[in-house]
Amino acid sequence: MAKNVNVWIDGHHLEVPEDMTIIEAADQHGVYIPRLCYHPDLPPTANCGVCVVDISGNPTPKRACCTPVAEGMKITTNSKKLRDYRKTLVEMILSHHEVVCPTCAANNKCELQTLANNLGVDPYSLPNILEMKEVDMSSSAIIRDPNKCISCGRCVTVCNEVQTVYALTNSDRGIESEITTAFGLGMNNSPCVNCGQCTVYCPTGALRERSELDEVWDAILDPDKHVIVQEAPSIRVSLGEEFGMPLGSVTPKKMYAALRKIGFDSVMDTNFTADLTIMEEGTECVNNLKAGSKRPLITSCSPGWIKFMETYYPDLADCVSTAKSPMSMFGVLAKTYYAQEHGIDPAKIVSVAIMPCTAKKFEARRPELNDSGYQDTDYVLTTREFLRMIKEAGIDFATIPEEEPDEGMSFYSGAGTIFGATGGVMEAAIRSAYTLVTGEELENVNIEAVRGLEGVKEATVNIPGFGDLRVAVAHGLGNARKVMDQVREGLKTKGESPWHFIEIMACPGGCVGGGGQPYGNDIASRARRGLALYEEDRSLPVRKSHHNPEVQRVYERFLGAPNSKLAQKLLHTYYFKRSVSSGQVVEEVTHKHH
Amino acid sequence: MKYYRSHVLIGINETSLAAGVESFIKALRAELSKTGLSDEINLLETGPLGFFGKGICLTVYPENVNYENLKEADIPELVQEHFLKGRPVARLMLDSAGKFSPKFNYKSRIVLRNSGIIDPESIDDYIGTGGYEAWEKALTKMQPKDIIEEVKESGLRGRGGAGFPAGVKWSFTAPLEAKQKYVVVNADEGEPGTFKDRLIMEGDPHQLLEGLMICARAIGATKAYIYIRGEYKLCIMRLQKAIDDCRSYGIIGENIFESGFDLDIQIKIGAGAYVCGEETAMIESLEGNRGHPRWKPPFPGVKGLWQAPTVVNNVETLANVPFIIIKGAQEYKKFGTPQCTGTKVYTILGDVAYPGLCEVDMGTTLRTIINEYAGGMKKGFKFKAALVGGAAGMFLSEKLLDVKMDLASLDQYSAVLGSGAILVMNEHQSIVDMLWSILRFFRHESCGKCSPCKTGTQQLYLLISKIKKGEGTMEDVELMQNIAEAMQQTSFCALGQSPIMAIRSAIENFRDEFIAITQK
Repeated sequence: MAKNVNVWIDGHHLEVPEDMTIIEAADQHGVYIPRLCYHPDLPPTANCGVCVVDISGNPTPKRACCTPVAEGMKITTNSKKLRDYRKTLVEMILSHHEVVCPTCAANNKCELQTLANNLGVDPYSLPNILEMKEVDMSSSAIIRDPNKCISCGRCVTVCNEVQTVYALTNSDRGIESEITTAFGLGMNNSPCVNCGQCTVYCPTGALRERSELDEVWDAILDPDKHVIVQEAPSIRVSLGEEFGMPLGSVTPKKMYAALRKIGFDSVMDTNFTADLTIMEEGTECVNNLKAGSKRPLITSCSPGWIKFMETYYPDLADCVSTAKSPMSMFGVLAKTYYAQEHGIDPAKIVSVAIMPCTAKKFEARRPELNDSGYQDTDYVLTTREFLRMIKEAGIDFATIPEEEPDEGMSFYSGAGTIFGATGGVMEAAIRSAYTLVTGEELENVNIEAVRGLEGVKEATVNIPGFGDLRVAVAHGLGNARKVMDQVREGLKTKGESPWHFIEIMACPGGCVGGGGQPYGNDIASRARRGLALYEEDRSLPVRKSHHNPEVQRVYERFLGAPNSKLAQKLLHTYYFKRSVSSGQVVEEVTHKHH
Repeated sequence: MKYYRSHVLIGINETSLAAGVESFIKALRAELSKTGLSDEINLLETGPLGFFGKGICLTVYPENVNYENLKEADIPELVQEHFLKGRPVARLMLDSAGKFSPKFNYKSRIVLRNSGIIDPESIDDYIGTGGYEAWEKALTKMQPKDIIEEVKESGLRGRGGAGFPAGVKWSFTAPLEAKQKYVVVNADEGEPGTFKDRLIMEGDPHQLLEGLMICARAIGATKAYIYIRGEYKLCIMRLQKAIDDCRSYGIIGENIFESGFDLDIQIKIGAGAYVCGEETAMIESLEGNRGHPRWKPPFPGVKGLWQAPTVVNNVETLANVPFIIIKGAQEYKKFGTPQCTGTKVYTILGDVAYPGLCEVDMGTTLRTIINEYAGGMKKGFKFKAALVGGAAGMFLSEKLLDVKMDLASLDQYSAVLGSGAILVMNEHQSIVDMLWSILRFFRHESCGKCSPCKTGTQQLYLLISKIKKGEGTMEDVELMQNIAEAMQQTSFCALGQSPIMAIRSAIENFRDEFIAITQK
């Protein structure tokens, strides 16, 4: 424990731990120091200079974001001089920024815009000196627009330090300096895994998803197309906040209503295939356990994680479940099972996924995910795009009456819904794996040990007839790296993984903290949305995937049994080794079972 | 021992090498041997001679005659007339009138005591002048705390620009418990017009090494790096030879002089970024990262290279240390002023009669430096201003010619001593042009990390360009000052904090020039 020190902020006496920075101390005590590049989730880059404060005894102001408090420190956060400096700073930043606020994807969410407004900045006091650079459109998931970049450095920090992906870096010097990928080759030729955390932390519109909104509208308005839509578990707890509802409002039925009003022909739910994933992955896990495998089984739902694994851990690709993600299982079933059941020509089906995720856009375009005979998933919209769509359609989400989804691929259990939070897949899997091994039902379905926001969570679950099942849960790729290094090390030195079953999610907090989630997606909102999913889980009549009647029906009428031949063909996939420098495929490293 | 009638010192530096000094020396030796003078005339290849003649330069002792711009074709005449007959060749002399003989000021020489006298590539030459006695004393007869006390007592302040007391800096790092500590020598001399560190290293590399060793001993560092700019090829070669010689003499290495103390020194070559002269950016660069500064605190003294306690000192600072250890703080304090002890090495350039290098007491006025060490203004020109301290320095007008040049006295005028570059401008030079050149430099060298510096340096450059073209207004001049002030207050490191110095001093001292050009 750090000892406490006495500081005075604008005359108010505070006693705070000595390892705090001034901005943390101020935030904790309700003093808001204007800031731009600082984000409480990330180590400070201290690039913008806006948070400067005066400290008695210092001739020049200091940055509050990275200056630690000290005994007896007297801090002034607001003075004529400081306000003037901050104004000049923001004017300088705006003078090297493409100021197109009304049409910018970040409009009304942009931290630069808000700050400029709060400080009463004159945007024309300095001539605009921006020399327009080419926008990086190389990636199917993320657009990087250097003209809107203010070099705050958050994206570099989150990419390199939190996610350890190392796709983004600084290049060049001075006014020519920019944040870019290695050799400026573009996001698609970098190790970028499309997790989109950079888009979440970007204070402006410089990093954003590659929108497919127009294509989806066109499909909806095309009478020849049958547009089917699925929504990831976390979407239902991430919409209300945008419309004045409390953060973490659980709104699945408003979501269905909005989708139907927008004009989707069939409104289904990804939670259904989350349950289906448990059947496939759980069976794989149980088979692994029964065979006494020394290698772990690792979840495969998170496309950011999958590309990360293919790039940095291709040697462990055989440990990753071959089960496709819930989105891709839905995609393939929409053009096979659903088409068959409803007598629709699969060529006319347009399959749209609403995801909290930018990496899903990449996943949807993986050429191998075409087992339906078509590209399984046609378009992916992020939560942010979906919110824009709701507004474009003129829907007042807060007051729209609730509706039920269409039947067949929309029923879900509590296990399916908690997929959206870190630890959720693990918990869902344990609820069903217990039954698969023992033939009995798990009494207490709440596996608290794998919940919460600790970076790496470990638990041991006793399964009669098998013994202790050792599991680990990691969220955020930096934590995934720690777990994977231990697995690699364990296999190398002891011939055995430290855990039997591992859940990995690319984004901190899991999908509720996904790269496609609404702006202002900080740790606190991730946690709140995660809790909302567990609230929904508790409220649902069915809480185990194997009790989902629609899942049971798809096996009865179409697939046969989990891991059946047809299930293997449609619901399972294989992986590649990718170049660490370009992210491009080098070779296939696992193969499809036939 | 042979008795030589004359000693001929030949300055070997980047300039003379470019002028072909190596083949010149061969030809001169051949001529001497042809005329049978080889045993009478001693040719000594040395470092800077203390004046900046063009091309190949010689000093001949005992008569103290300086030649410049020598060509191989001049050799027969030089040998015949001067070396044989004792009649200096007036047409080849630095100052043919003979009135001014610019030389190092012997009274004040501490740092440059050997420069231009000994062969910098010979460790024996250095030892012969008392070299490494201080190291031996510091290592075998003094405790680290005694060394630090002596350096503190001497009042030695950093010569890199900021002027922080060296002994105090060491005293922060010395008591820290750490597996590894480091000394880093800042030899990344990047300030425009400054090359004193180059000349110190070219002229007497061992003295820097000795100072560095004493610092390492004082703080308990067993590894040292010399971060040197890549353009300084001769320095790098001489330093490397000096380090290798020290290693083979057992002056560095393991268990030095059986004291139980280990020290290794490595050279790291910089790639030319100005910002890497900032100590934390230098540390980042040493670690193999992009040269971006780090936030202080923690200071390098606590968490520096690879997060280990690290003392970063300038070349000139460390070159003062052997003197302090051998002669003592009291003797050192006889140089300079009470607040600012010791000497200062300057490079004087621009419109003076004899651009060059000098080492003078701290507190020597600008007027004295220009008149006594640079031969006054170039013939027919009047003094207008001096840019002191390079791009990060400021313009001193005639009013300040008699201000004592030391940190404390200059501080009263919000001026700094900076790097030790004095660029003298005559009355025809344009301050606006000079400021343009400075701001273009900052624009080019800003590392781009922090917004105030990244955007500010470009805005300043565009504004001064507009003013220079006669298209600016006095509002633009004010705006420039406002931007630079905001940069000074909010930039991450000293780079962005610096342009205000030149801008403010230019506008305050030469306002008329800005008025004239903006009303064109």
